[in-house]
Amino acid sequence: MSVEVLKSVVKPILAGFGITAKRLKHKKVTIMYPEQIREQYPRTRWRHFLTRYDSGLEKCIGCSLCAGACPARCIYVEAAENTDEARFSPGERYAKRYEINMIRCIFCGYCQDACPTGAIVLRKNFELADYKREDFIYTKERLLEEYPGQNEEPFKGKYAKEPAPVYRG
Amino acid sequence: MPKRVETVVLHDSSTPIIGDTQKGGNVVITTLDTLLNQARANSLWPLTFGLACCAIEMMSTAGSRFDLARFGSEAFRATPRQADVMIIAGRLSKKMAPVLRQIYDQMPEPKWVISMGACASSGGVYNNYAIVQGADQVVPVDVYVPGCPPSPDALIYAVLKLQEKIKRGHAKNLTDLRLVEGLTGPRTLEKVEA
Repeated sequence: MSVEVLKSVVKPILAGFGITAKRLKHKKVTIMYPEQIREQYPRTRWRHFLTRYDSGLEKCIGCSLCAGACPARCIYVEAAENTDEARFSPGERYAKRYEINMIRCIFCGYCQDACPTGAIVLRKNFELADYKREDFIYTKERLLEEYPGQNEEPFKGKYAKEPAPVYRG
Repeated sequence: MPKRVETVVLHDSSTPIIGDTQKGGNVVITTLDTLLNQARANSLWPLTFGLACCAIEMMSTAGSRFDLARFGSEAFRATPRQADVMIIAGRLSKKMAPVLRQIYDQMPEPKWVISMGACASSGGVYNNYAIVQGADQVVPVDVYVPGCPPSPDALIYAVLKLQEKIKRGHAKNLTDLRLVEGLTGPRTLEKVEA
């Protein structure tokens, strides 16, 4: 009887604990997100930015190709003519209004592909959640503004202590 | 291309405003409020409301790699009676909208809603007859998460944002509240341009 009990009860329990003990040695997989950011792939696409030339002129020429390429129709561009007094971009025209509805955007990156001057780029800042719907209409001012570490390739979050590791193969 | 103005439904969540309604309330009540809000914020049990592909990311968030349990949200509930926060994950079809509303009504107070992804927040690419253009037309939404779908980190960030909101306890001003349309005024094109 007691041998039976040993075989049918104690042995399986010990085997179960054996698996637990084996798992203890394994590497921890959890990423401590707000303090630590996981590795980001080279082509990760998140928040949009409008870029400038080194001279300070905007790269965007208001051609609306990004708006045409957008499958979600979330970009609105209104172009205006540059004059010698008020010059915003090197070309004839510039974007007077440039708005992206960030909650309609699906981050496909077609706008980046379509842009002839490389004005709009998608960076790796994914911390975009907010409380109000109005705050998601990103105006030209918000898209042009620089935030610390905008061009840093390993993205660093708001709460992170160190930037995300770069994915290598 | 013609300008498209998104319709905005002007109501906010059912976040309780106990501290705000009692003018000059005493210290005990305020501290109790803070304590309650801390407790609420740190044990948000989400309601599983996966509607589409965003649900996969939501499941992944609860998994071991991202581990939503670190913020007290590990218990995904299949019943609205035990849930605090509804994560609308995926596009909300017009046929599903009354179901979503009913389940929201069945959740006990206080309750919060996270609208996850482009489709739930605004309709996304599906600007057609079948999809509700934003879950906030059906239920009041607290936090919107952009992305298609948002990565698990982005959802965790939204949960942290919601916790911030709950810990704050009450709205800072009347504009934050947006309970009635009269407070902020109707949303016009001029206001969008301003």
